[in-house]
Amino acid sequence: MTDLAVAVPEPIVGRSLWGNAWARLKRNRAAMFSLYYLALIAVVSVFGPWVVPHQYTAIYGDYVRMPPSLSAYPKPDMIQGALTDAIKRMRVDIKEWHQDGSRVIVTVTSKKPVDDRNIRYLDRSDAFDDTRIESKSPDGLEMTMSSAIKQQYFLFGTDNTGRDLLSRTLMAGRISLAIGLLAGVVAGVIGVIYGATAGFAGGKVDEVMMRIVDVLYSLPFIFFVIMLVVFFGRNFVLMFLAVGAVLWLDMARIVRGQALSIRRQEYVQAAEAMGVGQRGILLRHVIPNLLGPVVIYMTLLVPQVIILESFLSFLGLGVQEPMTSWGVLISVGAKNIGYANWLLLFPAFFLVSTLFALNFVGDGLRDALDPKDR
Amino acid sequence: MLRYVFRRLLTAIPTLFVIVTVAFFLIRVAPGGPFNQERGLSPEIRANLEAQFGLNDPLWLQYVHYLGNLLRGNFGPSYNLPDFTVTELFAKGLPISVQIGSSALVLALLLGSILGTIAALNQNKLADYSVIALATAGSTIPTFVIAPVIQLLFGLSWKLLPIGGWGEGAFINKVGPVLTLALPQIAIVARLMRGSMIESLRSHHIRTARALGLSDWSVVVKHALRGAVLPIVSFTGPAAAALLTGSIIVETIFSIPGVGRYFVDAALNRDYTLVMGTVVVIALFTIVFNLIVDLLYAVVDPRVRYD
Repeated sequence: MTDLAVAVPEPIVGRSLWGNAWARLKRNRAAMFSLYYLALIAVVSVFGPWVVPHQYTAIYGDYVRMPPSLSAYPKPDMIQGALTDAIKRMRVDIKEWHQDGSRVIVTVTSKKPVDDRNIRYLDRSDAFDDTRIESKSPDGLEMTMSSAIKQQYFLFGTDNTGRDLLSRTLMAGRISLAIGLLAGVVAGVIGVIYGATAGFAGGKVDEVMMRIVDVLYSLPFIFFVIMLVVFFGRNFVLMFLAVGAVLWLDMARIVRGQALSIRRQEYVQAAEAMGVGQRGILLRHVIPNLLGPVVIYMTLLVPQVIILESFLSFLGLGVQEPMTSWGVLISVGAKNIGYANWLLLFPAFFLVSTLFALNFVGDGLRDALDPKDR
Repeated sequence: MLRYVFRRLLTAIPTLFVIVTVAFFLIRVAPGGPFNQERGLSPEIRANLEAQFGLNDPLWLQYVHYLGNLLRGNFGPSYNLPDFTVTELFAKGLPISVQIGSSALVLALLLGSILGTIAALNQNKLADYSVIALATAGSTIPTFVIAPVIQLLFGLSWKLLPIGGWGEGAFINKVGPVLTLALPQIAIVARLMRGSMIESLRSHHIRTARALGLSDWSVVVKHALRGAVLPIVSFTGPAAAALLTGSIIVETIFSIPGVGRYFVDAALNRDYTLVMGTVVVIALFTIVFNLIVDLLYAVVDPRVRYD
């Protein structure tokens, strides 16, 4: 043997199945855009409620059903009304008021001496803040106060009880997405385990397990869900775990079918012929090949759960006030379309666009992982 | 053929029996009862009510009674709407739900087939992409968003339709609910039709028909359609059963006095007889429509024979 200094060429690194799929997915513009959009919605829903200056439960009694606006509330024409309301509560009369920059200066008179503590009525109004007594007449019957106008933004408007719709929509997104993922994962895990067991065991076991699925399939789905609500009451975490436990049927069927067909593939027979054990075949061949369909179906399961959650919340069976979800908001919006259509339009846009994005990602993944199917 | 129908109806009996049994015991296992929810009902009155409806009997006896009544076509009284029997409630609501549901089904089948055929004939052209986009939208946007948006646009902004209500069955009152119910179904039918039509147009007998010089119209309508319509037929069975038994969302939003709300309300109020009635009606519709669909198969596809 002679040592020849042959320059060894760099070995060609093959792309893995997932590398290939990722490359294909990146070329799918609709899917990539949807992926970024979903990421954006997720970030906004998770962090948004902390960033928005309003609590999602905070009630602004003076701002009920305010339309969405890019400029701050109170609007110039609303100051007079807010002022009159607050002064009326003091049981005194307005003598004169004017606006000076960002403050209002108001002079009130009364037949009885004006109490200094009255300024809290101005502070209590959602429109004013930082009220001070500027001057008081010697007999105490006349008092001049100044108050800062509290600038507040309601970009999505406010709801029937004067809560900020933006913070509520974001909070709702948090809940809807969390439920979608939670119940989706529960359904996915049950379905994969059940389907893989049936497909792998085969024979009589498979027969019996799949008949059970058939029976569950033939019962009306809504019947199941309502029964679960009846059993679990309105505890929504428990309930959506239960809903997840109902949605596993499709996943079980898909996984079983895949497991059966993978076991009959020639490469599995080859592995068996070479003496690879059951465990090895399961880990090396069955599970990696199952992952594709499972991932695809999971992306389709999440929107199903979100729709189901919204549907239940719409019926008043899901998430309960003051906690909120897109379904709750849409149901409130649907009842108020006559005079406050933004209550419907903003949550509906968030829900529908998220559902579209999830569907596009699901389709993109299907094309990427299963190129035969195109 | 008649023997086949008879045999199918016979096999439906055990199915129905299982469904009734499962539903009966499921709703009974649920905590609470029809008369423990009203506040201010004194224990004596409640005991009397429960005795009157036989709710104190052992569960198996109640089950036997219920089955006996059911066999005689008696669904029993509604517990929460004491002036009505379950049969009366269905006699009142079912025609309304069936009217709206069947209109939506016919609309979906017609429009969906036409759109799907147009898409298939113009594959990968603008018309095709438009239909695909419409189908995607129709199957993605949930009904409880479509319904209020239709109210908002047609009812409030353009004032073309009433916002809700049944209006003694006036045509104009049905447009909104029927549209809302039909849109998702149109999407499904269009998608099915597009797929099967593309396949049907590729088959040999279509090539032969074209080679014989038949017009496009005759090729598509007389020859391709027949092969393409099978998936639509099998879609129609479950879809009809679901549509005709009322949609809770559509009936709630448009204030339609149909049977769509019965099940949910009854289950929440533990109105046992009404729950059971709804389950039986839905099961009957499903069985009957699946039978009709199977018979239609034989009409559409002569290869299918029931002997």
